[in-house]
Amino acid sequence: MTIEQQADKKLSDMPDEQGHFGQYGGMFVPETLMEPLRELKEAYIHYFQDKEFLAELDNDLANYVGRPSPLYFAERWSRELGGAKIYLKREDLNHTGAHKVNNTVGQMLLAKRMGKTRIIAETGAGQHGVATATVAARLGLECVVYMGAEDIQRQALNVYRMKLLGARVVSVESGSRTLKDALNEAMRDWVTHIDNTFYIIGTVAGPHPYPAMVRDFQAIIGREAREQSVQHEGRLPDALVACIGGGSNAMGLFYPFVDDQDVSMYGVEAAGHGLETGEHAAPLCAGKPGVLHGNRTYLMEDRHGQIIPTHSVSAGLDYPGVGPEHAWLKDIGRANYVAITDEEALSGFHDLTRIEGIIPALESSHAMAYVTKLAPTMDKDQFIVANLSGRGDKDIHTVATIDGIEF
Amino acid sequence: MSRIQACFEQLKTNKKKALIPYVAAGDPNPDITLDLMHAMVDAGADIIELGVPFSDPMADGPVIQKASERALVYGTSLTDVLAIVKQFRQTNSTTPVVLMGYLNPIEIMGYKVFAQAAQQSGVDGVLTVDIPPEEASDYIPILTSHELDPIFLLSPTTTKERMKIICQYASGFIYYVSVKGVTGTSALNTEEVAQRLKIIQEVTDLPIGVGFGIKNAETAAAVGRVADAVVVGSALVNLVEKNAHTSNNEASNQKIIKEISQVLVSMRSAMDA
Ligand SMILES: Cc1ncc(COP(=O)(O)O)c(C=O)c1O
Repeated sequence: MTIEQQADKKLSDMPDEQGHFGQYGGMFVPETLMEPLRELKEAYIHYFQDKEFLAELDNDLANYVGRPSPLYFAERWSRELGGAKIYLKREDLNHTGAHKVNNTVGQMLLAKRMGKTRIIAETGAGQHGVATATVAARLGLECVVYMGAEDIQRQALNVYRMKLLGARVVSVESGSRTLKDALNEAMRDWVTHIDNTFYIIGTVAGPHPYPAMVRDFQAIIGREAREQSVQHEGRLPDALVACIGGGSNAMGLFYPFVDDQDVSMYGVEAAGHGLETGEHAAPLCAGKPGVLHGNRTYLMEDRHGQIIPTHSVSAGLDYPGVGPEHAWLKDIGRANYVAITDEEALSGFHDLTRIEGIIPALESSHAMAYVTKLAPTMDKDQFIVANLSGRGDKDIHTVATIDGIEF
Repeated sequence: MSRIQACFEQLKTNKKKALIPYVAAGDPNPDITLDLMHAMVDAGADIIELGVPFSDPMADGPVIQKASERALVYGTSLTDVLAIVKQFRQTNSTTPVVLMGYLNPIEIMGYKVFAQAAQQSGVDGVLTVDIPPEEASDYIPILTSHELDPIFLLSPTTTKERMKIICQYASGFIYYVSVKGVTGTSALNTEEVAQRLKIIQEVTDLPIGVGFGIKNAETAAAVGRVADAVVVGSALVNLVEKNAHTSNNEASNQKIIKEISQVLVSMRSAMDA
């Protein structure tokens, strides 16, 4: 399907009733989950039109999360790069330090209305786990977070944060012991405890309605960025840049702009040790379509359809799949997908810290590193909005270790 | 008439219920599977459910997850599984074989290529855990046009409306998942299962198998009293796990085959009593 064939239909009208974005998305789950997913879809559609729900959401986003997040003009960095102006959407300033909380606040309100008393989540970097444990603490609900054994080691600080918040963190020892396996384990928990449990997925992946629902909760990023762009520059940006793990911060920024064909969009995947080494987490740049975790999308898989191990210096990007809407935006040519290596991301991390006094998460550092490539190719009167999806406090230890520093 | 249909008709004439063991192909090593399949038939299996290993078995509990992991150590692929079935068919032309697994290995191979190869190898039915009929409008016709029965799951959460839709597309038999959960977790409640089967029988004339939670001869017999088929998986795969960790594959394979056969013989006689 090309953009031309879609002319009578807006790109933002996706997905269809069954959650398809072209050939991607859908509901590829065991039968036991079909009915709970239908109930969730109904609740999501109903409450997104419910004034009281939306008012409560707005109130939480303003007073608990701290929205709107600023759109910050990175003047010194822009000058150094010598091209387009760079604006940073400061999701790092949200409560709990990343964009993840936009979604957990929203899904928790749904959980409450659906009468669920137990909350589960998967997490990679631990940011989504922390954001889930946070909102569960606020409502006094039981919370279980599944995390790969490998990631528990890499993100010890976030594990402790979750425990302080009252969540039980379950170490997942199966498969590759990372985010994908945590997602499998959370699904297994959900199938077993459907009656009282709400599963808060942390990105725009999973079966329908999750990709659409998580996007809609994260779209606050793009809606604010649109307004703020007009305030600062009197027009929409020339380019958007965001990192892609599962793709929620990127989808949140992109979605309110998808129908504005003049705004280019760049999703930045993790090239790890380099795409040519096979040790990366860049399914859109180097994978092929398949079915995993309830949807059809681009995957990192071998020729027999087994999912293969991924690598990225940032735990939050270390995922072999990607949200189905990105797969579709790639195929129709609406968004561009590029990849940044561990090394480039680390230099993005140091650049932003040194030049702007902002320590970015390693995930976000991938987007920052791409900005350093993109901005110089653009004119001085153009401007970029880059999503600073989270702050780097959780990654200080990782960066220090790489730099050979011991505490 | 398909092999699965013929099998159920024969059982009906003999007033017996089907015993369907599940094992993962290539678990704990590729050498065992062919011998194990024949041994299970000798021990009283009517249909064999052969698991296709997958890296991300979302619907399986720890026992079958580990079976997949063991099989994948040897790289057991869908192609390998089909080759095993083909070998099995050289000496057994009557016992139906149903493949059970996840969609992605089939997607990668291509629906048509898979269906042709499966038919040629002598596969009878395909149970794809993660594709509901809503997503299977391309897939089902390709299976059926290659004389493969699409086997679908019904669960305790399936509404009667959905049952009707699913049963329209299903053939061979219906697989009722007796508990909300993954494979190998909780024990089933025979009373509850009997209630649900009554509802399913109002919707379809297909034979109904019950799986998840059948642990021993006693539960097999109890389920056999209300269902047309009894599916037993984790209880057998446990025996693989228990005996897999020896350096001598030949010796451990013999032990696994012996122990699985014993369990099946005991289930068979309890079901037939
Ligand atoms: C700060 C930050 N950015 C980005 C991501 C990647 O997720 P997504 O692609 O869904 O935004 C994560 C995930 O943990 C994260 O913590």
